[in-house]
Amino acid sequence: MDNRTIDLMQKRLRRRYARETRFQWYGRISIAIALIFLMFLFVNIFSKGYSAFQQSAIMLTVNLDESEFPQDRKDPGAMMAVDYGGLIKQSLYRQFPEVTERKDKRALFQLISPGAVYALRDQVAANPDSIGNSIDVWLPANDDVDMYIKHVADQADATAMRLSEQQVVWIEKLRTDQRLEKKFNRIFFTSGDSREPELAGIRGALTGSFLTLVVTLLLSFPIGVGAAIYLEEFAPKNRWTDLVEVNVNNLAAVPSIIFGLLGLAVFINFFGVPRSAPLVGGLVLTLMTLPTIIISSRAVIKAVPPSIREAALGVGASHVQTVFSHVVPLALPGMLTGTIIGMGRALGETAPLLMIGMVAFVVDVPTSFTDSSTALPVQIYLWADSPERGFEERTSAAIMVLLGFLVVMNAAAVYLRKRFEHKW
Amino acid sequence: MNKASSLLVATLLGLGINQAHAARDNIQIVGSSTVYPFSTVVAEHFGKGTGFKTPKVEATGSGGGFKLFCSGIGVDYPDITNSSRAIKPSEIENCASNGVKDIVEVKIGYDGIALANSNQVPVMHLSLKDIFLALAKQVPDPAGAEKLVANPYRTWKQVNGSLPDTAIEVLGPPPTSGTRDAFVELAMDGGCNSFDWIKAMEKTAKQAYEATCQTIREDGAFIEAGENDNLIVQKLEANPKAIGIFGYSYLEQNSDRIQGSIIDGVEPGFETIASGEYSVSRPLLFYVKKAHVGSIPGIAEYLAEFTSEKAWGEDGYLSDKGLIPMPDAERKQVAADVKALKTM
Repeated sequence: MDNRTIDLMQKRLRRRYARETRFQWYGRISIAIALIFLMFLFVNIFSKGYSAFQQSAIMLTVNLDESEFPQDRKDPGAMMAVDYGGLIKQSLYRQFPEVTERKDKRALFQLISPGAVYALRDQVAANPDSIGNSIDVWLPANDDVDMYIKHVADQADATAMRLSEQQVVWIEKLRTDQRLEKKFNRIFFTSGDSREPELAGIRGALTGSFLTLVVTLLLSFPIGVGAAIYLEEFAPKNRWTDLVEVNVNNLAAVPSIIFGLLGLAVFINFFGVPRSAPLVGGLVLTLMTLPTIIISSRAVIKAVPPSIREAALGVGASHVQTVFSHVVPLALPGMLTGTIIGMGRALGETAPLLMIGMVAFVVDVPTSFTDSSTALPVQIYLWADSPERGFEERTSAAIMVLLGFLVVMNAAAVYLRKRFEHKW
Repeated sequence: MNKASSLLVATLLGLGINQAHAARDNIQIVGSSTVYPFSTVVAEHFGKGTGFKTPKVEATGSGGGFKLFCSGIGVDYPDITNSSRAIKPSEIENCASNGVKDIVEVKIGYDGIALANSNQVPVMHLSLKDIFLALAKQVPDPAGAEKLVANPYRTWKQVNGSLPDTAIEVLGPPPTSGTRDAFVELAMDGGCNSFDWIKAMEKTAKQAYEATCQTIREDGAFIEAGENDNLIVQKLEANPKAIGIFGYSYLEQNSDRIQGSIIDGVEPGFETIASGEYSVSRPLLFYVKKAHVGSIPGIAEYLAEFTSEKAWGEDGYLSDKGLIPMPDAERKQVAADVKALKTM
């Protein structure tokens, strides 16, 4: 071969190698960009949200004067009517005897959360023997105080933070007396929504999401897997099954809000299922997840080697026995994965829930499938939309809880798959 | 498997139906997203302070609220709808045709719409006329002729010589928002009427008048920033040249970051909005089905909580949330009417 041909070939070879290297670099760069975005998202959320897990509380010495309480301590109505706000005010005024003017007293009382009244009431109800004594109680501080405690370092002018100079003086005094501290925010995990950031919790939304997903799972897994098995194993191949197949595939691509509209028309207006309940939420999300589950389940059934079926049929098993004793157990891990992916999508949905009234202010933690409730992504949306500054960090904290829920679900999927997986 | 699952569906559906037709034990509230912050606070205090369940509040917008509210009487339909405007005659008719006849109207106070910018730059002194000229799609010919031209103004200084020489950049709510409706009606119409020949059009050519006064420019100077007012506040902080439009409560809560523009010489504030001096303000209301009082537990008590001094009074908790209270006499009158369940 003459030299020119060899030169040409080597040149071409170099170019081919260069192209491969370039391609690998493109891949690395895109992964790096994706990771940077993900990191940015996480850092942003975590740096904003971690502070929500702590909450400022003020310790007051409240004198539970016998004369303020009814004779009959068992009577819930009378116990509820006790003027706990007055008791808190008295103890505050004892703490700051120099405050005498009405306006100043009001400003002083504003340091305490409006929910402190109910916190004290519950504490007394849980511990009726304390009536007649002076007790030290930690009561939630107002969100403005909380924001001040958390952000005073990075804000030059404290008075800009919705607190008067005098209030700042009081706060600093409470702090030096060790009567104002940041504590673990138990309220965030034990109560439902509230309009006061310091009283708002994620439990209502978490329970709502859980109940909704239970309904979704109970309905969509059996129906979806059943449909997939029938379509893949038993259904005759004709124009009708083709039509069904095309429709199932199309349904998977329908925007989720359409399912919400359908749910409103069918479940609420026609069947009379209560609005805003996890039951109707679960039904709507079932419609949404079904196509995903059917498609993925069919794919895994198809992937079971024909030799397994043939062997079973060969030793005399009936068609039904073959399917349920051999094909389905082998396909189950894949079906579970598909289901969990569908559930993950259902967990993050808000659009269909909007139509069926689950985007609502619900304080009570739902206890049954027919109670009014919200869901985690809805709660995030509602908090992000609230004017109070304290909700900013709670929004990020709620996102962290949602991510945690997703991670737990995905971990369950991975575990189940590893547990049941068969290799051949 | 198929059989079992269909059985499950049947039982679950059956459960739902039975439950729905049993008595409902919480109040259901729908309606305006402007009243939502106040309604929810009252609901929470009511739920925690009494033995009743906490009412459920949904923000569906005023129009959507009336649609749900008017669809019938009974446990399947909401008991109360919030609104940032008075009920329309067409909505009363719709209500009546579905059997919803006795409706109690409750006025709760006022809300102002603020135009605000970052407090890193000087406060804007605007007039309604400036706002109209800066934001309308078509404005009167700057040369003076009585005809409309496409909005030529690019900077505030071009609109009014006394304003700063910065580009017009306004962040506001989209047309689906009640705040936008109110802004258009109160601020834009007000500015429009400062031109006599356009004002005269209201009588002669109402449609053309509305189109002129209520159409906001679409050339990029007005930016639709979505329903999330917090987002607008954050954007204002990042861009000191921009002006944002949102409910007064957001201005009040973020007074360390933004400042309200002075409109026609009046600063947005509790006193100026309550007295009506501040021109861009509106009343807030809610409507109750009289037929549900007594059958759904707690409605009368909820009304009492809402109309109590500790809630809607001058020092009440609603004023902490940005509701502007009515004058004393009006509050007493409304509270008495509500107690007697006086229908419209």
